[in-house]
Amino acid sequence: MKRPRFSTLCFIAVIIFLYAPLLVLMANSFNASKYGGTWTGFTWQWYDKLWKDRATMEALANTLKIGLCATVGATLLGTLAAWCLHVYRSPLQRLHLVLTELPLAVPDIWIGVAMQLFFVSVSWELGYSTVIAAHITFCLCYVTAVMMGRLQSFDFHLIDAARDLGATHWQVAWRVVIPVLWPGMVASAMLAFILSLDDFVITFFVSGPGAATLPSRVYSMAKTSRNLPIINALSTLLILGTLLIALIGHLLMSKGTREVSRPM
Amino acid sequence: MRVNSRQTLLTAPSFLWMLVLFAWPALHLLVMSFRPPDATGGVGEGWTLEAWKVFAEPGYLDVLWRTIGVSVVTTLGCVLLAVPVAWRIHRASARWRSWMLLLVVLPFWTSFLVRVYAWRVLLQANGPLATLLKSIGCMSDDALLLYNPTAVIMVMIYTYLPMAVLPIYAAMEKFDPVLLDAAADLGARPWQAFVKVVLPGIRNGLIAAALLVGIPCLGSYVVPDMIGGIDAEMLGNKIGQRLFSDRHLPQAAALATALAMLAMPAVVVALKRKPEDAE
Repeated sequence: MKRPRFSTLCFIAVIIFLYAPLLVLMANSFNASKYGGTWTGFTWQWYDKLWKDRATMEALANTLKIGLCATVGATLLGTLAAWCLHVYRSPLQRLHLVLTELPLAVPDIWIGVAMQLFFVSVSWELGYSTVIAAHITFCLCYVTAVMMGRLQSFDFHLIDAARDLGATHWQVAWRVVIPVLWPGMVASAMLAFILSLDDFVITFFVSGPGAATLPSRVYSMAKTSRNLPIINALSTLLILGTLLIALIGHLLMSKGTREVSRPM
Repeated sequence: MRVNSRQTLLTAPSFLWMLVLFAWPALHLLVMSFRPPDATGGVGEGWTLEAWKVFAEPGYLDVLWRTIGVSVVTTLGCVLLAVPVAWRIHRASARWRSWMLLLVVLPFWTSFLVRVYAWRVLLQANGPLATLLKSIGCMSDDALLLYNPTAVIMVMIYTYLPMAVLPIYAAMEKFDPVLLDAAADLGARPWQAFVKVVLPGIRNGLIAAALLVGIPCLGSYVVPDMIGGIDAEMLGNKIGQRLFSDRHLPQAAALATALAMLAMPAVVVALKRKPEDAE
């Protein structure tokens, strides 16, 4: 028999390393034992308790509201930003590029601290609005980066053609540019939604009472070590939920690339 | 003129947004670090270097060095693990390649906090791993798997590994496999060829991976907080304490600015590299 290669062994070990903790966590969410050390039988009761846990359901509603606002805001602003950065060459755009790229490169905790101190200094009360503003800010940068990549393959002859045929600027934007960029915008929106859903650190630093999201709910329950099986159930749903969105995004992204790269 | 006014109009929304919600907070943070605190947990008048002097205290200096040390070890660990994994994916048949890549990247898309929490459950005193290790006699009864820097480094490698695989794999895709045949023809053993031909060839991918892992590591908050405890505190935890426990805002600002300065060389490299990559 052929001896398996070193890199194959590494690959298998890494896959086990990556998935084992998640599988143990998901299995424990169905474990009747409260402490999860040993398997004492299958149960749905933690999911039932989770469903009836009011704070968690509020956190779910918050997460979805914040995620939707951040997604819409970031996708619109980010697409517009990418368009300007792609089309114009000027000192203004160089500064614009630095402003939209720098947040991607700095540690997120630094953004969180800077934003909290800023909100406090202008007496903007920490809560929903501050979390949404912060989420739009970092999601915007990711959307801009994705859309700038998409614009590389945008055919500007389409605009000339539409103008020649007598379209106004608005008609060009609505009937040519946005339909062509749409798959990319959907993919960026999915990315923005996942990033918003997933963010803990920045949310933690800029949120006030009543604006807890699902990750902050998991954090506070884990820190107090109460309701551990309920966190397992919640975490399992979060894992499956984000995986689902990521898979849909992945499919849309590859489909979108094919559509854009098709010769016109 | 018309082009210019249209440019201004279209650029204004995102430009002003980032100016007000990113650039201003960043400068404000720097300024705050030179202010004295006031008694009510706010910021006083006047200027002082008080908040910056804590780095002369052994406690904060230890945390600073630990932050750098943990980040360096995590980054090295991620890159060392990512190279063989990316290589294996690169050498797989085209049909398998995208699935293997997806398999490595998928965990990265699940909630970061949930992944850290999963390790907290796994490593806790009565958890699965402790039970297993004790039953085979590899661990004494009173030993703890949680609350030490080693656990922090392991969980950080776990969370950032997919990020290291992607750029290294992308660099390998650009690498010309004919060079490997050439090395073999000239008498290099497979290992020699890998170290002397492939690694220099994917240098850009290695640097990108190190940056993608290293920068967030420096700013870690969740992992040292949930896995590390007091003996493994990093700069991020100190920032959190100053903001939430004793409300010493200038101190938090100084620590966060110090963190940004630590990451700055890496950030500059990361931003400078962009245009060269696109070529």
